[in-house]
Amino acid sequence: MSAPGPAPRRATAPGGSVIPLAAPLMEASGLTYSVRGRRLVDDARLVIREGRRTVILGPNGAGKSLVLRLMHGLITPTAGRVDWRGAPLDKAARRAQAMVFQRPVLLRRSVRANLAFALAVRGVARAARRPAIATALERARLTHLQSQPARVLSGGEQQRLALARALMTGPELLFLDEPTASLDPASTLAIETLIEEASAAGVTVVLVTHDRGQAERLADDVVFLQSGRVAEHGPASRLLSAPASEPLRAWLSGRLYVEAEKSSRIDI
Amino acid sequence: MDLGHAIIGAFGLVLSGDPDLTEIIGLSLSVTLSAVIAACVIGLPLGAAVGAFRFPGRTVCAVILNAFMGLPPVVVGLVVYLMLSASGPLGVLGLLYTPTAMVIAQTILVTPIVAALTRQVVEDLNAEYAEQFASLGVSPLARAGALLWDGRYSLLTVALAGFGRAIAEVGAVIIVGGNINHVTRVMTTTIALETSKGNLELALALGVVLLTIALIVNAMVMAVRALAARAAYA
Ligand SMILES: Nc1ncnc2c1ncn2[C@@H]1O[C@H](COP(=O)(O)OP(=O)(O)O)[C@@H](O)[C@H]1O
Ligand SMILES: [Mg+2]
Repeated sequence: MSAPGPAPRRATAPGGSVIPLAAPLMEASGLTYSVRGRRLVDDARLVIREGRRTVILGPNGAGKSLVLRLMHGLITPTAGRVDWRGAPLDKAARRAQAMVFQRPVLLRRSVRANLAFALAVRGVARAARRPAIATALERARLTHLQSQPARVLSGGEQQRLALARALMTGPELLFLDEPTASLDPASTLAIETLIEEASAAGVTVVLVTHDRGQAERLADDVVFLQSGRVAEHGPASRLLSAPASEPLRAWLSGRLYVEAEKSSRIDI
Repeated sequence: MDLGHAIIGAFGLVLSGDPDLTEIIGLSLSVTLSAVIAACVIGLPLGAAVGAFRFPGRTVCAVILNAFMGLPPVVVGLVVYLMLSASGPLGVLGLLYTPTAMVIAQTILVTPIVAALTRQVVEDLNAEYAEQFASLGVSPLARAGALLWDGRYSLLTVALAGFGRAIAEVGAVIIVGGNINHVTRVMTTTIALETSKGNLELALALGVVLLTIALIVNAMVMAVRALAARAAYA
């Protein structure tokens, strides 16, 4: 856990650097987000390798959603930086990203129209939308529901639609905030399959989850967040089998880990 | 004439399709519809702008729109009268005591209603959609358009509320319309005049029609809400 103030941070990957020399797709450093003096995200460093699947783990309120929104440029960090291909995240970079929110935000329109909207926003001509929508519907197994109002779909179908819409714009990187949090195994499998297909097609994936099994199935890299700080960051193969930090060890073994309240986290 | 005869006579007028009655109802509907359309053309974009965009003075705009929802009709009538009277700034147009003058007065009354209610609808939707739209990279103008479209069911009930208010309104249209027979007589002004003259038959007949229209408007509002709920658009 990083100490507050100017003291040198502990290495993000205990046990030696695991980050390859190739420039990462995204890199956040010193990432901090404070609200009324509370450091909700505290000096976090994340490295997102291109074409890989990074899974962000951590207890409720650890700051996982905030980290996603900071990296996606939806909110501005209080301190620190977010880089995309070595340069500060800008509008063009944001357009190369897509995000599926924890609770899917679907328009009050048909399933089809929700997909068409994403294309219209990106200026895709009407004639070119039709085949793209047909493909997306098929892939998400929503073709038979295409004329239904999006908001009457089941939770799993809504999440598939949100994911299909996010992929409509052809993102290089996809953020997913607990996309299967309240879904049954069949719906979870459908979502994970879509994620794996996108990943196989070259999309870099950053996924927040509560589900250890999902992390084991999907993760190349793991980031463990605790109280807004990165407790551990490295390849899934090592972190999930030999965690170095106490919070991750506790989390993996199913123990209840409750961190003592730290007064040092309150900015003055 | 006693009340019983008046009521029977009133239904006779309605059922026989009395030409005077029909003319008055027709003018009422066309003036009110024109005013509601004009109010929507102005009020929908205005409400959407205040509801969806952040700019200095936004809260003040919202407060003013809400306050103007309760404009006293006679005051609006008086102001429009002063503007349109021969000595007023718009006197040369010769619009006083014409249906157009009544449309203008009603538009002024209904526009704040449409704008204020639209602002509320759009602001609520925007709170829900803002991050998703930012993520997709939706431009401000497209955002306002999408919010209006997604609020279409609510906005339809807003327009119906405006219609209900305008069709029942009497104070403003009697001042700027003058209640001239075959020119500017609408249902409400005719009821006021005929009642004062003791011609209860025509007044009652128009009252029945006005009530029926109010019922229909309310039924339409409920139907729109039910449709929206069925598609989870509420
Ligand atoms: N805009 C905000 N203002 C104040 N506190 C916030 C805000 N957004 C999130 N928080 C707080 O920050 C912490 C982390 O939130 P979040 O990132 O949503 O956690 P999670 O890891 O469960 O996704 C929580 O304690 C939450 O209450
Ligand atoms: Mg969250």
